[in-house]
Amino acid sequence: MESPTRARDIRDAIVSGQRSAVETCREALDRIAALNPPLNAFRAVVPERALARAAELDARADRTTLPLLGVPVALKDNICTRGIATTASSRILDGYVPPYDATVVERLEAAGAVIVGKTNCDEFAMGSSTENSAFGPTCNPWSVDRTPGGSSGGSAAAVAARMVPVALGSDTGGSIRQPAALCGVVGFKPSYGRVSRYGLIAFASSLDQIGPFATTVADAAVMMDVLAGPDPRDSTASAAPVPDFSRTLDGNDKRMAGVRVGVPRHLFAEGVDAEVNAAFEAALEVTRGLGAELVDVSLPYSPQAIPVYYVIATAEASSNLARYDGVRYGHRAANAKTPVEMYERTRGAGFGREVKRRIILGTYVLSAGYYDAYYRQAQQVRTLIRDDYARALTGVDVIAMPTSPTAAFKLGERTEDPVQMYLSDVFTVGANLAGLPAVTVPCGLTTNRLPVGLQLTGRLMDDATVLRVADVYERATPWSSERPPQPA
Amino acid sequence: MTDTFSRGDVERVAHLARLELNAEEKDLFARQLAGILAYAEQIQRVPTEGVEPTSHAGDAAMLRDDEVQPSLPRAASLAAAPDADAAAGLFKVPRVIG
Repeated sequence: MESPTRARDIRDAIVSGQRSAVETCREALDRIAALNPPLNAFRAVVPERALARAAELDARADRTTLPLLGVPVALKDNICTRGIATTASSRILDGYVPPYDATVVERLEAAGAVIVGKTNCDEFAMGSSTENSAFGPTCNPWSVDRTPGGSSGGSAAAVAARMVPVALGSDTGGSIRQPAALCGVVGFKPSYGRVSRYGLIAFASSLDQIGPFATTVADAAVMMDVLAGPDPRDSTASAAPVPDFSRTLDGNDKRMAGVRVGVPRHLFAEGVDAEVNAAFEAALEVTRGLGAELVDVSLPYSPQAIPVYYVIATAEASSNLARYDGVRYGHRAANAKTPVEMYERTRGAGFGREVKRRIILGTYVLSAGYYDAYYRQAQQVRTLIRDDYARALTGVDVIAMPTSPTAAFKLGERTEDPVQMYLSDVFTVGANLAGLPAVTVPCGLTTNRLPVGLQLTGRLMDDATVLRVADVYERATPWSSERPPQPA
Repeated sequence: MTDTFSRGDVERVAHLARLELNAEEKDLFARQLAGILAYAEQIQRVPTEGVEPTSHAGDAAMLRDDEVQPSLPRAASLAAAPDADAAAGLFKVPRVIG
């Protein structure tokens, strides 16, 4: 019998005694050992720790109550793990071992999950292809000469290749959804504040949000049941009541009667690949066939979303990354004569190109004489973008868009042109600027067998509706069952 | 408002950010940032008079009482430092005053 690959099935099999957590863990480690070398999805694998943890779970008396009992999980390497090196794929944190766990790590472990390793990402989550990792790019399991997207490309590739059933990423401008779409898996960015950011290495604090990768919406919902909720250590974590996401889906209909799906067609006039567009249109037809009503909506300020995002995100990054000064952790340049020389040389040697480029841009837009023209103006346009979404979402339940304007692109194809790379996020940044929940589910394959994702965005703190609609779509279509080719 | 971003601009901003750049990076960033800023300038054409800026998009900050709570042990805080005096409980840096 083939081993279960979905988190819920894995957990049920362990609860019922069909398999042990140790057996499950060993299988995941074997798959990682076999599949990771050509993909470079993992920055670090922790077999001993994982097996010890699994053995402990197998011996626990209360094990049957744990919602993620024995489920192997991978974490993006910008999520702090006590005792496991956490680098955000940056040289400046090479070898850094955090003295504390992120809140999401505590929650996953309390739920019975087994952390098997840390996944590769763009350095400090800055990028859309995972090529900005200081430790080499991750390759797309569907086509190893292509990127998995980014910045959480390692987590996306690990789940797509079924090395782990679920993983965590972080999403600042699309960094969960875009790689999930390009790797043919489910990726969910919760509402801002739905999941604690404590222990997430900060990139742009007003936009960053942790969320799950999974092979089904139902597994993403199980993860959300564990991850969501207030946290006294993160004042931006929302106190809003957390619904039982899994139960919402268990009671889900097979149809979408009464669901109103907004479609901002004016955004797709140019720049969307023809095959992506065809898959998206076919997905809309499926929702219509399931009883949903398609409604034209307008997001007039959305064309400004990318420039607004790159001003705000880089400004916040330049401030957040000031902490890497060679004093308390990480790399320090040798033989500096003064503290300032130490800071400058430490940072010059420790940060990669894209991070430096963004620190310079962010410092510039915050500097005297430019603050009002760039940073304040961007924050004002952010308000207009937020208002656009709020207005559109009064008349519809979700807004549908392609997650990415193209399928997976080739390694090296966009690295020389930052603006071209930034445009990879054209459909995803809006949800971050407005704080809204957004999911991507697989909705097709191109003729080259590259996955295409359907993005659904919902109202602030109405994460459940987004997952519910995505779940109905997923169960009516074959796309989530498609898998990348087995390596030769 | 800026149609060029000079190497001097890069050097000035890099110093503000305490970031050493080599000659190649200075030239590359001057060229690329000119392009990025030219692209970003489109936001300046959006009328925003009277529009409140958005600094974050969550529902509301959750405040709690500021109570004394256990924190990391000193040894754990110093453990990852590139240069620390664990016995004295200090991070060490190059001499500040000559």
